[in-house]
Amino acid sequence: MSQRDQLKKARARKRGKIAIILIGLIAIYVWAISGIEFRGIQETAGPVTKNILKGFISPDWSYVYSPDGEDLIRGLLETLAIAIAGIFLSIILAVPVGLWAAKNLSKSFITSQSGKGVLSFFRTLPDIILALLFIKVVGPGAFAGMLALGIGAMGMLGKLYAEEVEAMDPGPVESIAAVGGNKLQQLAFGVIPQVLPGFISATLYRFEINMRSAATLGLIGAGGVGTALIFAIQGRSWDRVGIILIGIVVVVLIVDLLSSALRKKIT
Amino acid sequence: MIELNDVSKVYSNGVKGLEDVNLKINKGEFVSIVGLSGAGKSTLLRSINRLIDISSGDIKINEKSITSASEKQLRLIRRDIGMIFQSFNLVKRSSVLRNVLSGRVAYNNTLRTLLNLFPQKDVDLALKALERVNILDKAYTRSSELSGGQQQRVSIARTLAQEAKIILADEPTASLDPVTTKQVMDDLKKINTEDDVTVIINLHFVDLAKEYSTRIIGLQAGKVVFDGTPEEATPEVFEEIYGRSLKEDELLGEENL
Amino acid sequence: MIDTKLNGPLPAKPSRWPFYLFLLGLFAIVLISAIYIGANPITFIQNSDNMVDLFVRMFPPAWSYIATTTPAMLETIRMALLGTTIGMIFSIPIMFLCARNIFRLRWLVELSRIGLNILRTIPDLLLAAIFAAILGFSPLAGIVALSIFSIGIIAKLSFEAIENIDNGPLESMTAVGANKLQWIAFGVVPQILPHFVSYVLYTFEINIRAAAILGLVGAGGIGVFYDRALGFFAYDQVLALILYTLVVVIIIDLISLKIREKLL
Repeated sequence: MSQRDQLKKARARKRGKIAIILIGLIAIYVWAISGIEFRGIQETAGPVTKNILKGFISPDWSYVYSPDGEDLIRGLLETLAIAIAGIFLSIILAVPVGLWAAKNLSKSFITSQSGKGVLSFFRTLPDIILALLFIKVVGPGAFAGMLALGIGAMGMLGKLYAEEVEAMDPGPVESIAAVGGNKLQQLAFGVIPQVLPGFISATLYRFEINMRSAATLGLIGAGGVGTALIFAIQGRSWDRVGIILIGIVVVVLIVDLLSSALRKKIT
Repeated sequence: MIELNDVSKVYSNGVKGLEDVNLKINKGEFVSIVGLSGAGKSTLLRSINRLIDISSGDIKINEKSITSASEKQLRLIRRDIGMIFQSFNLVKRSSVLRNVLSGRVAYNNTLRTLLNLFPQKDVDLALKALERVNILDKAYTRSSELSGGQQQRVSIARTLAQEAKIILADEPTASLDPVTTKQVMDDLKKINTEDDVTVIINLHFVDLAKEYSTRIIGLQAGKVVFDGTPEEATPEVFEEIYGRSLKEDELLGEENL
Repeated sequence: MIDTKLNGPLPAKPSRWPFYLFLLGLFAIVLISAIYIGANPITFIQNSDNMVDLFVRMFPPAWSYIATTTPAMLETIRMALLGTTIGMIFSIPIMFLCARNIFRLRWLVELSRIGLNILRTIPDLLLAAIFAAILGFSPLAGIVALSIFSIGIIAKLSFEAIENIDNGPLESMTAVGANKLQWIAFGVVPQILPHFVSYVLYTFEINIRAAAILGLVGAGGIGVFYDRALGFFAYDQVLALILYTLVVVIIIDLISLKIREKLL
C-alpha cells in the first residue's frame, strides 16, 4: 500500500471516530432537552427580576446591624463560626483516617484501600443531606450545620491528606525506624514534619469551601446567614436579599483572599 | 560483634539480593563493602539492622539474633545501630537539633518524645555531638538551609547522640563533592578510633575503601567474593570483584584527596 | 558517662513563644466559634439515641423507592448536563477576557477577574434559591443556577490554563500576520482544548452532586424527594435515595475520569 493510501485510510478512520462522537453527543442532548419539563416561565419573573436588581442597587442597609435580635453581622458571624468549628472537627477526624488511607504507611493493600473506601463514601454525601440528618439528631440550628460540615469535609480532607502522605520522602521515616523508633515516633519525627505544610494548605482550601457551604446551610434550617436569606426570599423583601448576598460575597471574598495568601506563604 | 550465618535474601520479584553470606565482624573494625551496583551492598547493610527482612539464615548482633527478635527487642537492638544514608534522610523542615535528637527516641518513652520533651541529658548529648562534627552553631537552623556535607554531618551527629555501637553507612558520600567526602570519611574514622565504634560502609570509590578501612569485603551477585585487608586488595582483586578493570569514575583520584 | 561539656558557645535558642501564642490564639478562635454556635458535645451525646434510632430506621433501605424516583434522577442528570453545557458556552468568552496573556487591555482583564471572583463566592444552592424565586419551582431554575455556577469553575480553571500555555505558537501566529480571532483559534485553542474539555467534564461531576440537592430549595431534580422523605420521617427511603445518588455519582465519575485520562 502506498503512503498516500495509508494516510487516506487514517484520515477516514479519524473522521469516522469524530462522526460517532458527534452522533453520540447529539443523541445525549436530544434526550436531555426533550426530557426537561418546561412549564413556562411564571409571569412574575420579569417584575421579580427587576425587584431583585433594585434590591441590589438599594439594599436594606439598616439590616446590617441592629442592636437587638437578628441582623446581618450576627448571621455572618454565625456562618464563620460554623465553618471554623466544622473545619476543626474535620481535621480531628481526617488526620487518622487520612493516615489510615495512605498506602505507604500500611503494610497491606487492603488496609489502605478500606480507608480510601470510607473517605470516598463520605465525599459523595452532600453536606446538605448530612445537615438534614443531623437536624434530626440535635435539632435545627448551627450545631447541626457544624456537625454536617465536620463530617462532610472529612472525606475530602482525608483524601488530600492521604495524597500528601503518599507523596512524601520515605527516607526520614526509614531513618527513625533505623534508630529504633516505634510506629508513633516514626509518625511524629518522620511523617508529620514533612507533610505539615501540605496538610495546612489542604485545610485552608477546604475552609474556603466550608464558608460557601456554611452560607447555604441556613436554607434548610442548619444555622448561619442562609436562614435570613431564605426568610427574606419567602417574604419577597428583595432589598434585604440584596444586602445579605452582598454580605456573603464580601465575607467569602475576604476569606478567599486571606486563605490564598496564607497558602502561598506556606508552600 | 556482628555475625551473619548462611544469610540469603530473595526479593519478591525473584531477584537474589544475597546468597549464603557468612561473615563475622568484630568490634572496632572499619569495614568497607565494595562491588558493582546491584551486587547486594545495600541489601547486606539493610539486613544488619533489619530494614530488610532476610529470606533465610540468621544475623546476630552481640550474640542476640535480630532475625528472630520481637518488635520490642528489634527496637532495642536498633537503638545501638546508627545508620547514615546516601540521601541524608533528614527531615528538612525540622531544626538540626531536632534531627539529632530524633536519634534518642528509643531511649525515652513514647509520650515524652511525641511532646518533644527530651531530658536535658539528651539535649546536652545532642549538642555535644554537633560540636564534635563542627556544626554546633547550626543547632537551631532549619536542616534545609544546610549544604549537603553539613547535612551528612548532622546525620553523623545523630548516630553520635544515639550512642551507637555500630554505624552502618550506605554510600554516605555518593551525593557529596570530593572535599566534603573526605571530611565525612575523616569524621567516621575519628568516631571509629576514638569511640571504638564498628563502622560498616558501602563505598563506590575503591580508593577510599583502601585508604580508610581495616577490612574490605567484595560482593558479586550477592556472594562474598573477597574478604581481606586493604593490603591484600590489589588491583587484580578489584578486577575480579567488578568482573572488569576499574573505571575512572570508581576512583576518586589521588589529586582529589 | 560521656562528657557533654561544650567547648564553644551555644548558639542562641530561638524563642518558641510566638508559636505557642499563635496556637493559643487559634485554639481560642475555635473555642469561641464552638460556644457561639452552641456546639455542645453533651447535647450530642444526650441525643445519640436519636442517631441510633435514625440508623435503625434506615434499614432496610426502601429499594422500591428507587423505581419511584428514577424519573427525578434522570431529570437531575439532564439538569447537570444542560447546566454544564450552558455554563461552558458562556465560559468561553469570559476565560479569554480573564487571561492576562490574551488581551492587552489591562483594566478589562482585571475587571473580568474581579467579576469572576465575585461570581465564584456565591454557592450553588443560594443561586438556586434565588432563581427558584424568579422562575418558579422548576428544573429550569436549577439549570440556570448550575449554568452560572459552572461558569465560575470552568472559566477560572481555563484562564489559568491559558496563562500557562507555550508562547511559541502565539509568536508564530503573530509573525504570519493573523488577526486576534485567528491568533486565538490557531495559537491558543489547540493548546488548551484538552484541558478545557477535561475541566468541563470535571464540572459536570461537581454539577451532578449539586443537582441532586437543588430540589431542596425547589429547583428540580431528585432533591425534592429528599425533602419529602425526610418530612415523612421515612428514613428507609432517605437511605435508598442516598445510595441511589451515590451509585449514579460514582458511575458518572468513573466515565468522566476515563474520558479525562484519554484526553490528557
